[in-house]
This record gives sequence, structure tokens and C-alpha cells, in this order.
Amino acid sequence: MVLKELSEAFGVSGCEDEVRQVIIEAIKDHVDEYRVDSMGNLIALERGTGESELKVMVAAHMDEVGLMITHIEKDGTLRFRPVGGIDDRILLSKVVLIGKDRLPGVIGVKPVHLLEEKELKQVVKVDQMVIDIGATSKEEAEKAVKIGDYAVFATRFCQLTEDGLRTVKGKAFDDRAGCTVLIEVLKERYPFDLYPVFTVQEEVGLRGARVAAYAIEPNIAFALEGTICDDMPKKRDVSPSTRLGAGPAITIMDRSFIADRGLVKLLVETAEELGIPYQFKQPGVGGTDAGAIHLAKEGVPSVTVAVPCRYIHSPVCLLSLQDLENTVRLMKGALTKLTTWTLASD
Amino acid sequence: MKDLIKKLTETYGPSGREEQIREVIRGEIEGLADEVRVDTMGNLIALKRGKGEGLKVMLAAHMDEIGIIVTHVDEKGFLRFAPVGGVHPLALLGGRAVFADGTVGTFGLEKREPGEEEKIPSLDKLYLDVGAKDKDSVPVGVGDIACFQRPFVAQGDRFIAKALDDRIGCAVLIQVMRDLEASPHDVYFVFSVQEEVGLRGAITSAYGIHPDLGISIDVTGTGDTPEARTLAVSLGEGPAVKVKDRGMLAHPAVKNLLVKTAEELGIPYQIEVLERGTTDATAIQISREGVPAGCLSIPCRYVHTPSEMVDQNDVLNAVRLLVALLSKPIELG
Repeated sequence: MVLKELSEAFGVSGCEDEVRQVIIEAIKDHVDEYRVDSMGNLIALERGTGESELKVMVAAHMDEVGLMITHIEKDGTLRFRPVGGIDDRILLSKVVLIGKDRLPGVIGVKPVHLLEEKELKQVVKVDQMVIDIGATSKEEAEKAVKIGDYAVFATRFCQLTEDGLRTVKGKAFDDRAGCTVLIEVLKERYPFDLYPVFTVQEEVGLRGARVAAYAIEPNIAFALEGTICDDMPKKRDVSPSTRLGAGPAITIMDRSFIADRGLVKLLVETAEELGIPYQFKQPGVGGTDAGAIHLAKEGVPSVTVAVPCRYIHSPVCLLSLQDLENTVRLMKGALTKLTTWTLASD
Repeated sequence: MKDLIKKLTETYGPSGREEQIREVIRGEIEGLADEVRVDTMGNLIALKRGKGEGLKVMLAAHMDEIGIIVTHVDEKGFLRFAPVGGVHPLALLGGRAVFADGTVGTFGLEKREPGEEEKIPSLDKLYLDVGAKDKDSVPVGVGDIACFQRPFVAQGDRFIAKALDDRIGCAVLIQVMRDLEASPHDVYFVFSVQEEVGLRGAITSAYGIHPDLGISIDVTGTGDTPEARTLAVSLGEGPAVKVKDRGMLAHPAVKNLLVKTAEELGIPYQIEVLERGTTDATAIQISREGVPAGCLSIPCRYVHTPSEMVDQNDVLNAVRLLVALLSKPIELG
């Protein structure tokens, strides 16, 4: 399964090579051209049937949040910093893999026996943590690790349930879920030129998408995501960001952009016609590549469609394969209808 | 201009939902421009061609206003919301919001625990009540956007209204289009979208126009009210020529051009150094390889509340200044 392979691939922002290689293998027989740009974005082109002049960009980001080694201590332990948004509280006692050779290390934690009462109530800050690779001196550690090396969480992919939502767990579903959807979507041919773009450095500021959109200059853009899913039971009747199993999540507005209303309507009507469940992502939270793409040059009508993923930006996420397949169906259906569609700005 | 300002401020138009205000402005500028178009983002761009010997000048005023977006409708029919632009909880309580379809809601506040009552509530403690009996009878849904509802008032020289930020800039642009008879310059009047959520309309319109000079017309705060934050700008003492704000250091030649024009006309002006906030000029300045940019501000009290206040003399003087500036050749040297 390509999702498993992508989830287990190493691809912290700025170091997406391994993910890109997996994707190239998966798409090369289905696209007419592909290239890697100066930032590292993988930009493919699938020519249309010639019926439409449109250029449509569909983006999913290859990078994931992770860690970077910043300092090697005298005792051989490693200081590190997060790359992308990571909550300090999820780091303690996790196993990480450093560098492309995947050197294992453990983020050390003080045993509960030694904790003072007040420490139990405090959050340990990332700058107080170290990665322990079992080395006993700086010299020994330096043989295996260099400052600037990246680290990812050591998480194996596996399927939790075979029926119902068919839930799987793994790391980096944000945005390997989107990459998986895009790989499936490009297996069909559309009336227009489709530019599938697998972007870099989304987690550190939508950086890859910015230059890719500038180069492609699309008429319309979609960003595919694995998005926040906060559907645990709540005391109050307030909105979850999205719900697992409730279908693809369509963004109306987040912190990075306001979606083109015509494209939102296209997605909603496609979902209703095809009988695909869908939901709106809670407006106002998060940001995606669409934030950078929609401001490229003279502007690009854009929208984001996402697979709900629980526990993103942590060592392990959960998603429903049913949601993922519905996102593929929705995107294929919407792209098929796109040329007859009216944009909000028209 | 009073009727124009009343019409513009009372129209619905939060960020991303500028269709209604755009149509109102389009109606007002009909016949005043050589070309009018709406770009991909929704910016309304009107070009008044010059004699062909001047600069390409972009004047920008944003059409959008702050608002709220529905995030959730609960079982009883109450709406939760997120801000669209800089919305302060104190500016909402007691007020009303209106949606594109005319649905009106009033803001409510959850009960607060002892000790919390003195604090300013966060937005998630507020809800919008559209008077629905239950979830099914709510006429709007998740993703719908509302803005303040509040009538325009003219009292003496002062105008009080919602959305003077930045419909007053739009009114200035429209009046300049009416008054400008002949200009050596190609002047692009841009009524921009999504300024309140990140200068987004100005980013794409400036790229498209590729101007030689950019000036935004927007409101600025004042320091002339009781215990106000220090700011050497007062209502009624003239339009303010911006030197800097949080996002931009105005190009000195543009600042000097605005000052010199005001002095030649003998109209009052003020110099503005704003520590908070920014305008479309910030986006114009760093478009492509860079654009000399500045901002002419209309002093405004109570910005981002439903009752903003400006002085009509500042507005009229801003129009005179811009018309004079555009009527002559410009040396940016």
C-alpha cells in the first residue's frame, strides 16, 4: 500500500528526498512529464485531452514535522529543535530515527520514581530534553551524528480495523494522506492539463507551494491535506474541527486563505450527486498550501480538501481508509466536472 | 459625499464576501473610468487613462470589513463563530451582526464563574443568537460570514458608522474619480478585497498592475481621546501622511510628495507614525521588484468597532490632495 510506504518514509521539511523517490516510482508511468524544481518540489504534468485550455494545479506536501539535531553534549547526548509545529508534551520517551541511515535514539525521560510533586504538573520544555543514542562521549556520538541531521518519529504503519471505517495508524499522515490521494487522482486523465505537485517545506511556511504556483501559473488550484480531527467526546456542544468517518473535509476559510466559493460549491454538489459524505472543516483554524498558491502572481482560485486525521503533528496519527477513498472519489468527480464549472470570480 | 458614505458603510461586505459592496461601488463609478474589471481574487480595478506621458499610479482602498464566520450550530440553534480579521470581544457585546442573506443575530455571553466577571471574555465564550427555536430552523450555517449591522449617522462635521475602515477610503477614491478632470498619469483605482485578513487582494492586484507608484487610502487611529494610546494624530486636523506603520516604511519620496502637495494647496495635514496595524501599501511596496509606496490616512476613532468616527473635513481634504497630486507630473527622484 502506497500510504504505508509514504508514512514510513523519512521526510522532515527540507529533507524530502526519500518521500519524493517513493512518489516518483508511483507516478512515473501515469504522467507525461515530471521534474524537480530548485526548492525540491516534484512537479508533474498530465496532459489533458485537449478539450480545455485550463491549467489545474493539485498540490499535496511531502514534508512532515520532525526534529533537527542542534548540539552534541560532552556525554554523547544530542540536543535538538522541532522542525514545524510540535507540542513539547508529546516528545518525552519517544523513539526517533536520526538521519537517512535511521540511527535509533530515545528522547530521555526522568523516571516517575524520581519526580518531585511539582514536576508532575510541569511541562518539560524541548530545550531541556536530549536524545540518547547510547553513546558515552561526544567523540563517539560524532561518529554517527552531525549537527543539522534530521530525525523522525519511529512509527510503524498498521491497520487497526478491517471493517467499518477501516482505521489505520502511522506517522506523517499530514500530508502523506494528501500525497496518496493525489497519486490516485492522477491515474485518470482529465480534459485539462493537470499539474500534480508534491511540495516541500509546507510545515515551515508553505514555502514550496509558493514557488511552484509561481512557475506553473495555474488557473485553478486544489490543495490536498491530512487535516486536524478533534472529535473526541466533549463536555460542551461545540464544533470538532472534523470528524473521523464523516468524509472529506472541505475548507471554507482558515488562517491562510478564504476558499473560492465556486470551487466549494463544485465540491459540495459533486459529493451530493455521487452520494459521498462530506464535511466542512471548522473555519478559522490551520493553514495549507492553498494559502500560498492563491496569492501567486495575479491570484489563483483555490480550495482545500482534506482527509481527517486524528493526532496530527504527533508520533502517531489515525485515519479512516474509507475517508481516504471518499476523498479520491470526490476529487476525481470534481475534476471531471470542472470545465463546465463557474468560478466565484467569474 | 455624505450620501455616498452612508451607502457604502451600510452595505454588507466582510472579507471574502465582497460581492454586494463591489456591485454598489461598480454602480457609483460607472462612466467614470476607461476600463473596469474584476480580477481573480475579486478586486474591482478601474483605470482612468492619462495623456500617456505620466506614471502608472495605483490607488488602493479596501472594500472588505471585519466580521465573523460561523463555525458551529448547536442543538438549540445557537451559533459559535471565529473572527474574520481583527475582532475584539468588547466590540461585539450588545451589537448585531448581519449575514449576506439579511439574517440578523445578536451576541450573547455565557455565564462566567466568580472571579472571571471582571475579565474580558474570549471569543469562544460568546455566541450568536439568530432567534432560532432549534438547530433546524437556523437560516444560516457553518462557513457563512456576517458583519456588523449599524446605521450611518452624520452629526456636525463627524460621521459615525461601521466599516469606515475602509469604506471611507473607497468613498475618497470614488470622489477623486469624479473630480479628476485631466491627468498625465494612468491611474488605477483599486477597490481591494481581503485586506483585513492579510492584505491579500492588494498582493495580487499590485502584481497584475505593476505600478510605478502605489498609494493606499485607509484609516488610522487617533490619539485625541481620553487616556488614548499616544499617537500624534487628531480628528479634523487633516489627512495623515504615513511615515511608518507595523508593515511599511513609506518611500520618502512618496511621503514628501504628499506633504508638498498639501502645503501647495494650503490644506492641513498630519504626519503619522503608527505602531500597530498596516495597510495595502505594505503589499504594494514589495510587489515584484518593489514599488515606491505610501499611504494617505483618514484619522478615525474606534477602529474595528461598529461605531467608527471620522471628520468630513479630513475626507474632503484627502480628496483635494489626491486630485491635485494626480493632476500634475510626478518626480519621484
